[in-house]
Amino acid sequence: MSQQSEKRAGNGARKGAESFDIKVGLAEMLKGGVIMDVTTAEQAKVAEDAGAAAVMALERVPSDIRKEGGVARMCSMEVIEGIQRVVSIPVMAKVRIGHFVEARVLEALGVDFIDESEVLTPADEEHHIWKHDFRSPFVCGCRDLGEALRRISEGAAMIRTKGEAGSGNIVEAVRHLRKVNGDMRAIQALASEELPAAAKELRAPLDLVCAVAQTGKLPVPNFAAGGVATPADAALCMALGAEAVFVGSGIFKSEDPAARAAAVVRATTHWQEAGEILAASRGLGGAMPGIEMETLAENERLANRGW
Amino acid sequence: MGQRVGILAIQGDVEAHARVLRVLGVEVVAVRHAFDLDGLDALVLPGGESTTIAKGLERLGLYEPLEAFAASGKRVLGTCAGAVLLAREVENHPVRSLGLLDVVALRNAYGSQVDSFEAPADETAPGFEGLSCVFIRAPRLLDPGEGVEVLARVDGWPVAVRQRNVIATTFHPELTSDTRVHACLLGDGPA
Repeated sequence: MSQQSEKRAGNGARKGAESFDIKVGLAEMLKGGVIMDVTTAEQAKVAEDAGAAAVMALERVPSDIRKEGGVARMCSMEVIEGIQRVVSIPVMAKVRIGHFVEARVLEALGVDFIDESEVLTPADEEHHIWKHDFRSPFVCGCRDLGEALRRISEGAAMIRTKGEAGSGNIVEAVRHLRKVNGDMRAIQALASEELPAAAKELRAPLDLVCAVAQTGKLPVPNFAAGGVATPADAALCMALGAEAVFVGSGIFKSEDPAARAAAVVRATTHWQEAGEILAASRGLGGAMPGIEMETLAENERLANRGW
Repeated sequence: MGQRVGILAIQGDVEAHARVLRVLGVEVVAVRHAFDLDGLDALVLPGGESTTIAKGLERLGLYEPLEAFAASGKRVLGTCAGAVLLAREVENHPVRSLGLLDVVALRNAYGSQVDSFEAPADETAPGFEGLSCVFIRAPRLLDPGEGVEVLARVDGWPVAVRQRNVIATTFHPELTSDTRVHACLLGDGPA
């Protein structure tokens, strides 16, 4: 890629955390790992001890947001700082879609990754944050290729498929992973002169569509999220092409969070080895209760947030 | 050259290392179990989260096999988290390390991700001139023993070191198109 030849030739050029390469660099380091939602420092420690590659701080896990309702906002400063004090792995935190001031606050706090997330109540129903202007890298959710490329064009350094957070149901994560991959295969089959029309249909920038046509991959790491409740769910996401897995309510709404967290980590590392997933699946106690998608009204579906 | 190089694939930027090694024309093997080490000429401990990787090493019983691999004289490269795992001692949230490199690794020595950066090496061993170093929540290597040779420094700090067959960088050569550090792993390097 041209970016990399610039790197090689960049004699004397010093670049800071605002550089897109440096942001994507951290996303690269998280590959093959599990990022766990936590609401307290104690939970963060449990996650780290289980082998989480990062933790995601939020005030309530998605299944509680769903149950209790109300406006879901950025996590409190005290909780994030408490988490930063006890763990050495990267600390991520969520902001509301379009809430660039919440994002500035998290950046000032030195948070390692900001999730502009549909799980929280959107602050802007038309615009996402212009993420290029930040030193902190951003991750955003997507349901299809067009949405992924729009977020990347705004500066997201990592993409995660949305799934349906807090549902304990993997069906939406599978749908979104297959959709993104299918969209990419379709783009690769097009002739060059057909790409502008495809970009228009995807509502995505042409240069990014051309890049996907060439490489068959997103230009940033692509992780999965939303509905992971078991070790097998995590391995399924990896098998469908996710490069790492986010687990939200699935850990701390289960019967034995520490054991389940370690098991999900193990299954993510060994997603190609059924024997390892089998061993990881034993003795975990109950998983979180799940929700059938048909019972969720359109306006209860978090994945529909984001534009 | 026909070399087979393993990459420890518990967690981390395995694919980035594989890309560089394939450019250099070697066969790449993912290592998740002790038996994966059989027949390898060299091994990479990639970047990633050292706590996550250390827990995997423990669970898989890989500490002794990796120590034996290095003791047999085969080359080992650790980048960032990999360098932490090679150190004789780890500070700031210690993890169990392999003790294959006579340095103390100070984890996350530069701060959080907002302090990550890329910089040119200010001093290098011959053959590494113009080395560009990407630091992601990087460690620092302190108190190097007598057998440790410094291959590159940034802002005065050692960022690439070698002790016999073990090489460590606190930066990520796998994230640039510069293949010289990996060439060194293959016994083909400038230094």
